[in-house]
Amino acid sequence: MSDPIIKVESVSKSYGGVKANVDITMGVERGSITGIIGPNGCGKTTLFNSIVGYHPIDSGSIQFDGQEISHLLVGDIARLGMLRTFQQTRIYGKMNCVDNMQISVSHRGDSKSSMFASRKGEIKDRAEHLLEFVGLYSKRNLISGDLSFGQQKLLEFAMALMNEPKVLLLDEPTAGINPTLINGLIDRLRRANEELGITLCVIEHNMRVIMNLASHIYCLANGHMLADGTPEELQNDQRVIDAYLGGH
Amino acid sequence: MSMTRDTKVTYGLLALFGIFGPILFPDYTLSIAYLWMMVLMASTWDTLGGQMGYNSLGNITFFGVGMYVSAIVQVSFFYEGGGAEYTSAMGSIKPEFTQAEYFWGLGLGILAAGVVGLVLSVIFSSFMFGLRGPYFAIGSLGLAIAVAEVTITIDYVGGASGISMPLFPGDIEFRSTFFYILCFVLTIISHFLLRWLYSTQFGLAINAIRDDEDKAEAMGIPTLAYKRIGWAIPAFFMGCIGAVAGNMAGFIDKEVAYPIPTFGIFMVAMALLGGKGTLWGPVLGAIIFHVIKEATWTYLLNLQWVALGLILIINIVYFQQGIMGWLQAKYPERFGIVVDTSTVTDADGKEAT
Repeated sequence: MSDPIIKVESVSKSYGGVKANVDITMGVERGSITGIIGPNGCGKTTLFNSIVGYHPIDSGSIQFDGQEISHLLVGDIARLGMLRTFQQTRIYGKMNCVDNMQISVSHRGDSKSSMFASRKGEIKDRAEHLLEFVGLYSKRNLISGDLSFGQQKLLEFAMALMNEPKVLLLDEPTAGINPTLINGLIDRLRRANEELGITLCVIEHNMRVIMNLASHIYCLANGHMLADGTPEELQNDQRVIDAYLGGH
Repeated sequence: MSMTRDTKVTYGLLALFGIFGPILFPDYTLSIAYLWMMVLMASTWDTLGGQMGYNSLGNITFFGVGMYVSAIVQVSFFYEGGGAEYTSAMGSIKPEFTQAEYFWGLGLGILAAGVVGLVLSVIFSSFMFGLRGPYFAIGSLGLAIAVAEVTITIDYVGGASGISMPLFPGDIEFRSTFFYILCFVLTIISHFLLRWLYSTQFGLAINAIRDDEDKAEAMGIPTLAYKRIGWAIPAFFMGCIGAVAGNMAGFIDKEVAYPIPTFGIFMVAMALLGGKGTLWGPVLGAIIFHVIKEATWTYLLNLQWVALGLILIINIVYFQQGIMGWLQAKYPERFGIVVDTSTVTDADGKEAT
């Protein structure tokens, strides 16, 4: 890998006796779309949580943009420019969509005065533009908690884009979204990557989606790194097929 | 700060009432002063409780601390013998303050009360915001009780026997009018400060913390900084109004300074009644609550607490979202919660479903 923006080296994490991640080493190339797959309970979300600082890791090293981040807290890492979305969609349910977007601006280099910045002008324009990008413009004044699950998922994605992160970690972005909308979402993920230059790292169960989207895929099984490679390589890897068809 | 016509009319009516109420009904001047005090308490409680989702039962702490801080400033700075001599005399010393001394003392006292309240809230923030939900509520209630108990151990402020506030240098009507104006002005300042704050990124940030604090943290919002400010503002105003209330009462002790079961609970009840998490809910709730309270105290004596309890129960059981919340659910379009039909399609010609 020539220029990894995320470098995970020998990371292990246990919950009591459960070894969720064992000696995981992986990298995410700057500007790429990288996939992480694996059966339920194989430790994908734990790995995400370790990377974004949700919990301390037991051993190993995680670097973001050349900086060791395994000791940093969630907020610090987010302010460095690495964000994650949640498997269980999380938005600010009692606020309307525009407000959800406007508070999602980047907090990198915030000064005290920006805490009391007005909400008009540039921020509002960008919020509305991105809502249009994900197809929620006409619903921008609705209370976000009243939106359908799929719409909330799109809103969460738009909120992440609003933050202008360098890296976005997406935990099952297409879960619970209806099939016709999935194509639109794939297209938007790709555009976010190409047009906005955001590096994406995606956990996904939908093989059609991830094989289309990612240039490099890691496969986890039982907390271990099982295999990695291009989509074609993984599709033909017997270990991956076994893992998915009940090897474990 | 743009306003709709309705808002302007509301402000106009409130201003008319605020200015002409005490002129037309001079007997009720102090009662209306307390009404504004209630509005201030409910509104500032709502910053933390409604807008930020941290249900504090301890905001009354700053009220009491402010009252005592102001007393100390007013007495020790402008009485030659100092506070110790003054308080140990238990009210038998009645120094004649000149008008200048009294008003300077009071002005500095109110300001100091606000600042000390603010500083205290920042100190509390360092350990209290590790608590969430009911733990924060009970923790903050514990703070109020603890601070009240500590206060009465301090002999300098009269200990358990309390302290008489300096006498007002003027006749009784001027006194009422003067304190009325203080309450009214403080309430106006706090209202417009909150109104402005809620229109900025700060307002959204504390709403985000209310809706999902972990998400807010994950999005890089510096939540602790916002929470600290979200408590400091109520603390400042509660300190200031506490200083005013102490001088209105004339004599302060633990019961006057830390009225936990009355004002401490009323401010929460008023915000819930009007609709928490809205600018106008606490204002409306405070006005309705105060009017009912005054009416029942006059016409339903002995049953007044029953009546207030009944209101609380009806509110909690049937109108949990309060009056403003109920209106918003019933008439969403009046609150701008509408689908924009002018744009049927987005750039891709597809709308999300």
